[in-house]
Amino acid sequence: MFDKVVIDMLLQGILESLFMVVFSTLFAYLIGLPLGIVLVVTDNEGIRPCGWLNSVLNVIVNLTRSVPFLILAVAIIPFTRFVVGTSIGPKATVVSLVIAGAPFVARLVEGSIQEVDKGVIEAAQSMGATSMQIILRVMLSESMPSLINGCAIAATTILGYSAMAGFCGGGGLGAIAVNYGYYRYQSDIMLVTVILLIIIVQIIQETGMKLTRMKDKRK
Amino acid sequence: MSGENPIIQIISMDKTFQTKGGEVHALTDINLAIEKGDVFGIIGASGAGKSTLVRCINLLEKPTQGSILFDGKDLMSLSKSQLMEARRSMGMIFQQFNLLMQKTALDNICFPLQISGVSKAKAQQRAWELLELVGLSNRAKSYPAQLSGGQKQRVAIARALATNPKVLLCDEATSALDPQTTSSILALLKSINQQFGITIIIITHEMSVIEEICNRVAIIDQSRIAEVGDVSEIFARPQSQAAQRLVYPNGERPVTFEGTRCARIVFDGRNSFEPVIANMVLDCKAAVNILYADTKNIDGKAVGQMVIQLPKETLAADKIMNYLRSHDLTVEEVNGYVR
Repeated sequence: MFDKVVIDMLLQGILESLFMVVFSTLFAYLIGLPLGIVLVVTDNEGIRPCGWLNSVLNVIVNLTRSVPFLILAVAIIPFTRFVVGTSIGPKATVVSLVIAGAPFVARLVEGSIQEVDKGVIEAAQSMGATSMQIILRVMLSESMPSLINGCAIAATTILGYSAMAGFCGGGGLGAIAVNYGYYRYQSDIMLVTVILLIIIVQIIQETGMKLTRMKDKRK
Repeated sequence: MSGENPIIQIISMDKTFQTKGGEVHALTDINLAIEKGDVFGIIGASGAGKSTLVRCINLLEKPTQGSILFDGKDLMSLSKSQLMEARRSMGMIFQQFNLLMQKTALDNICFPLQISGVSKAKAQQRAWELLELVGLSNRAKSYPAQLSGGQKQRVAIARALATNPKVLLCDEATSALDPQTTSSILALLKSINQQFGITIIIITHEMSVIEEICNRVAIIDQSRIAEVGDVSEIFARPQSQAAQRLVYPNGERPVTFEGTRCARIVFDGRNSFEPVIANMVLDCKAAVNILYADTKNIDGKAVGQMVIQLPKETLAADKIMNYLRSHDLTVEEVNGYVR
């Protein structure tokens, strides 16, 4: 049953899943982190209020967030082809994962930064700090533990999405589970992929929590 | 203390907030001159507008009208970068300390220097000096969460002084601290004022803070300045109702002892701690009733106030008043004022 072919396939699946998670999370943060910061800063109570920009970004984030991932992945197939040249496989999945992940990341980042005490920001302003200095040296640095925790949440959520992408030509463990477990009724392979996914989620979550605790000096 | 050029001058300043319920007048027609080297108290009940006032001084809140002169410059006319520069000449400390929680005490003090472009090595050198000044050299590597309230405020003071400001703004800086810690923080502020000549502006709702370290005070009541003057003067002869509420023990209560005269005696530290009242009773051969007393012995000097009820006989009462006046005490008759 679990001969070399199956084991090789599972190993390949793990690598593909990790590839998708790492790169999607990375790109999702490249977009989501600045987006989250801008959401906080341009808020009415923010350090650079800008009502229209805040509203526009909020609408975009909400719209993207309200489309279920599988539908989003199918809907943007033309865009995916344009970016990576194909609509199937791990690379193609990364594109839809980034589009779905970025607004989610933006909300996580927004939440983390909003936890920073307003008084500390006011203190920095009283010292003559510029908005950029406040963003980099107060907001981000003070919310770092929470941001790391958020990153672990984002990575596990993106891993979950990547598994779903197995239904529409994605790669990785999700695709194996769908192709063998769902279409061929091979529940043993399905079970193994599920266990592997659980282990990966556990590792990401635990690492995130450890780093958060290590970084947090509030206790 | 009065010089020609006040370090801070507030000229007919208004501040209104736009809220859903309409305009709220936080401050109305504020005029203040704060001289170099002053320890200037601003006192008022909560909601009187004093925190808004201190935030207008460094333009964290923008006045709706009027102008703020800092060292002769109109802050409202400055460009953004000039304003940042001006803010570096004004340190500020807060009730909740507002330290960076993820940075050590040392790094917190380095922070204002580093954002103004000072190199890390230089910033650290200055930070160590300041830790020494506030008596926390041994806690340099501690995070705020590991420090007590008083220690946190000391770090905050060191941080506020890092850029060599001319003015230190204190927004309810001791309100979250116990009485003993409050005294030690006030003593530190006083010594900073004397050692470096830094002008200190203290926002508080506690008269005891004003008494302890301020030389001048402004009383804010219902968004206006009710009274400004030397602390000793206002403490001895409060004119406005707001001042009387603050100065008189337990505020002004309309409870009266019928037909009796009372005297309020102010001990302002000029008199040694001799048993004035006992001597007076022996000397005048008349008994008095002590209705209120709040006196402290600070370095052998009496500080505080006392309210005594005078005898019914006019002669004896006058004798006592004369006795008190002749002993260089500030006395005022407060007919009917009693708690």
